[in-house]
Amino acid sequence: MTTASRALPRSLHRTGGADWRGLLFHGLLLVSLVFSLLILFTLITDVLMRGLPVFQERGADFLTRPTSSSPARSGVAQGIFGTLMMAIFVSVVAFPLGIMTAIYLEEYAPDNRLTRLINVNIRNLAGVPSVVYGLLGLSIFVLALGPLTGGKSMIAGGLTLSALVLPIVIITSAEAIRAVPHSLREAGYGVGASRWEVTRLLVLPNAAPGILTGTVLSLSRALGETAPLLLAGAVLGGFSTGSRGLREQLFSDYTVLPVTIFDWSRRAQAEFRDLTAAAIIVLLVITLFANAVAIILRNRYERSW
Amino acid sequence: MPSTLTEPTDRVDGSGNLPTAPRTPATAGVALRMERTAAQPLAGGDADTDPAAEPAVDLRDVSVYYGSFRAVKNITFDVPPNAITSLIGPSGSGKSTLLRAVNRMNDLIPGTRFEGEVLYHGENLYAEQVDPVEVRRRIGMVFQKPNPFPKSIYDNVAFGPRINGFRGKLDEVVESSLRRAALWDEVKDKLKQSGLALSGGQQQRLCIARAIAVQPEIILMDEPASALDPRSTLQIEELMSELKKNYTIIIVTHNMQQAARASDYTVFMNMGEDRAGYIVERSRTTDIFTNPKHQMTEDYVSGRFG
Amino acid sequence: MQPGASLRRDPSLATALRGTAARHRRERVIGAVLLGAALLTVVVSALIILSLFGGAVDFIRQIDLGTLFADGWYPRRGEFDLKTLVAGSLLVTGIALLLAVPVGLLSAIYLSEYASRRVRRIVKPILEVLAGIPSVVLGFFALTFISPVFVQRLNPGTSDFNLLAAGLGVGILTIPLIASVSEDSMRAVPAALREASYGLGARRLTTSVKIVVPAATSGIVAAVILGISRAIGETMVVAVAAGGSGGAQFTVDPFHQGQTITAAMASLATGTDRVAGATSAFQSLFFLGLMLFIMTFVLNQLGDIFVRRTRQQY
Ligand SMILES: Nc1ncnc2c1ncn2[C@@H]1O[C@H](COP(=O)(O)OP(=O)(O)O)[C@@H](O)[C@H]1O
Ligand SMILES: [Mg+2]
Repeated sequence: MTTASRALPRSLHRTGGADWRGLLFHGLLLVSLVFSLLILFTLITDVLMRGLPVFQERGADFLTRPTSSSPARSGVAQGIFGTLMMAIFVSVVAFPLGIMTAIYLEEYAPDNRLTRLINVNIRNLAGVPSVVYGLLGLSIFVLALGPLTGGKSMIAGGLTLSALVLPIVIITSAEAIRAVPHSLREAGYGVGASRWEVTRLLVLPNAAPGILTGTVLSLSRALGETAPLLLAGAVLGGFSTGSRGLREQLFSDYTVLPVTIFDWSRRAQAEFRDLTAAAIIVLLVITLFANAVAIILRNRYERSW
Repeated sequence: MPSTLTEPTDRVDGSGNLPTAPRTPATAGVALRMERTAAQPLAGGDADTDPAAEPAVDLRDVSVYYGSFRAVKNITFDVPPNAITSLIGPSGSGKSTLLRAVNRMNDLIPGTRFEGEVLYHGENLYAEQVDPVEVRRRIGMVFQKPNPFPKSIYDNVAFGPRINGFRGKLDEVVESSLRRAALWDEVKDKLKQSGLALSGGQQQRLCIARAIAVQPEIILMDEPASALDPRSTLQIEELMSELKKNYTIIIVTHNMQQAARASDYTVFMNMGEDRAGYIVERSRTTDIFTNPKHQMTEDYVSGRFG
Repeated sequence: MQPGASLRRDPSLATALRGTAARHRRERVIGAVLLGAALLTVVVSALIILSLFGGAVDFIRQIDLGTLFADGWYPRRGEFDLKTLVAGSLLVTGIALLLAVPVGLLSAIYLSEYASRRVRRIVKPILEVLAGIPSVVLGFFALTFISPVFVQRLNPGTSDFNLLAAGLGVGILTIPLIASVSEDSMRAVPAALREASYGLGARRLTTSVKIVVPAATSGIVAAVILGISRAIGETMVVAVAAGGSGGAQFTVDPFHQGQTITAAMASLATGTDRVAGATSAFQSLFFLGLMLFIMTFVLNQLGDIFVRRTRQQY
């Protein structure tokens, strides 16, 4: 062995040395990448191990009960309801507004100062920390518009989250619209289509998968938000929904899953730890499901022009 | 003499086919050209077009700017109806720019500016009240790279009539357009298939069918065969000479043989020191290729530059 | 059928070329509606700035400015020591970056220079999922896993709630951002540069470290700056895992409980600090919000400058 390696020409020795460093570096890179995967894996396993027993013990009961101070009787029904209502709000308010803005910026806007201002403004909005949107919700939707929204109400929360995701919806939709090749628009204009006809009949159908992916991703982000809703009045702890109808509920107390999770994670009783994990499972199922849908959509419709 | 005279811009209209509509010389350029036209008509000029026929479209002193860059300058020529006019010239001389000025496609590019007039049946297409959408319905366009909509063959052709509020039998329009585009026999059994599934040559003929489905009077083609194989190219050329019975065609090409084979009139463009395109010579195609009036034209068509 | 016949039959071409009034009206209305939607985003910004400034000014008017320099942040007692929160934010951000910058950067090098298309197609979505984990969930993970399994082993006797666990949690959330921004900038490095390097006999390691990373510097700087901004603005991880819900003593010890600007805002809005009305504790919320807004705004502008520099470069 030793003699054989000694017999190797020097240049090959050097190659061997460099290879070692290269391999080491390659290993380091892999480790750092695997680190993220490992964290994700650990996080999910940890949560499952804590939370699954709750489902085994309580079954559907956990999903259908309201929050209570007693762990054994606490459930996530109100959180799930609130989170689904937020999803509807965001879909109804932020999606249309965001997509319309994206259409304006990509298809309609002249290249002038106003357009540049709007563009810069949207990029800045996207970088505002979510907790600051909570202050917007608190001072505008809860306090200033309180007489209309019912103060700390589902509507105020829904509007806050809609404002929060609006810039993301705009940016992702605008990207999707921009990806539609210019030749398609020219073809449409070339046969005498108007701007709106080109937009509606040619651009939007072809940008739809991209827009959908972006909106679903931003929805999943909205549903995981806690801080803005803490400020915009989501209820920490128990409250009674009573026998209010849906309409009344829009204007009154609400909570969402992430807020329930935050609430429970701070409780002293050890049982609440497991409940928290169980609630996290429900939240992750909802948001990861939305994420997965978005990613699959994108991979399926990824177009090469 | 002013430098404009040394540049051949003013020779453009050497044909002497003075417009039927009264025109007022709006700029010095126009005035100079007219003066010269009157003073020394070029040999064979009168034979260029039938002076009785109203031109399909008449460009007067057209300049197009991209921002502050002038891409073409002081272009004046008319396009005889029911004939093929080809624009030739080195790359960058402004052929596409000029072509797109005819149906106001340049309006869609931010920062473009237009000067001059494009007359269509006596109407200036750049007049303030004119809606570019209406212009494009009358002056259709076929692009360099085939660009069918990602829709079925049928829907590709039906698109134009549909948005134009067509009330008749759509099937008939689709069929007749596809027939005129010499595509019907190849696609009649698969009208529901995607237009993108066709071959390149078929796609381009589909784009031609799509353009004629809105019954335009003029069809603009920007190097329509440059992305195609020789066989498809020939097909397109045959198709063009068929189409000119019903339509006026302006085609940009940098394939000299194509211009010689397929067109009746040829406009040769070049660019000046300032990189702005201008017209060197415009004549019957046979004259351009066999008896050019200008040395530059002869050099270009014989492949000595460009 | 004569082509063009229907059009040529138009009684007056000039009128026809004007287009129909109905279509013009439709196009105008649609354009106006779309512009309205776009302008709404400006309104949102204006409202954010208005509420932040309004509340912050009220706060400054109400309090004795000396209370901004105290021993700790105890809003209910009227002690608004800003350095406590700033130190907390900087500490958490620093810890987060110590984790996220190396991991994110090395992941980016791997994805850009080493990974095959297939690996990238699998790994990138996983990073996106990691980025999509709600921060309150990471807070819970930091509290119930990172803290006992890592921090308390490192320094026995540390309480469940500590700034180190919170910082690491924030770091995990920041990894995907840093990885994706710096990967983008590395992939933007022209292939010709790499080929030139390989052509000289350089290896992948040399090419990555000596050619690609330096060429992507501005993008990497942008990634780090945006990462800082993200970490400073992160709220829930700290609110859950760093403790200090009632207030916090000034500290720079990562094994201590503590509060950041953001966590202080969350706790002002909740629990024992739950704010009732126009008290100075309530108004301090807006002051903190304004501070945070300005800090992240400046960082984002800076990050943007560097991102744009990468784009111009190639
Ligand atoms: N969208 C545009 N913006 C700016 N300059 C342009 C644009 N399109 C063309 N040009 C410039 O205008 C000149 C003429 O271009 P073009 O009309 O495409 O020439 P050709 O078709 O004869 O090759 C060229 O110098 C080109 O660079
Ligand atoms: Mg061209």
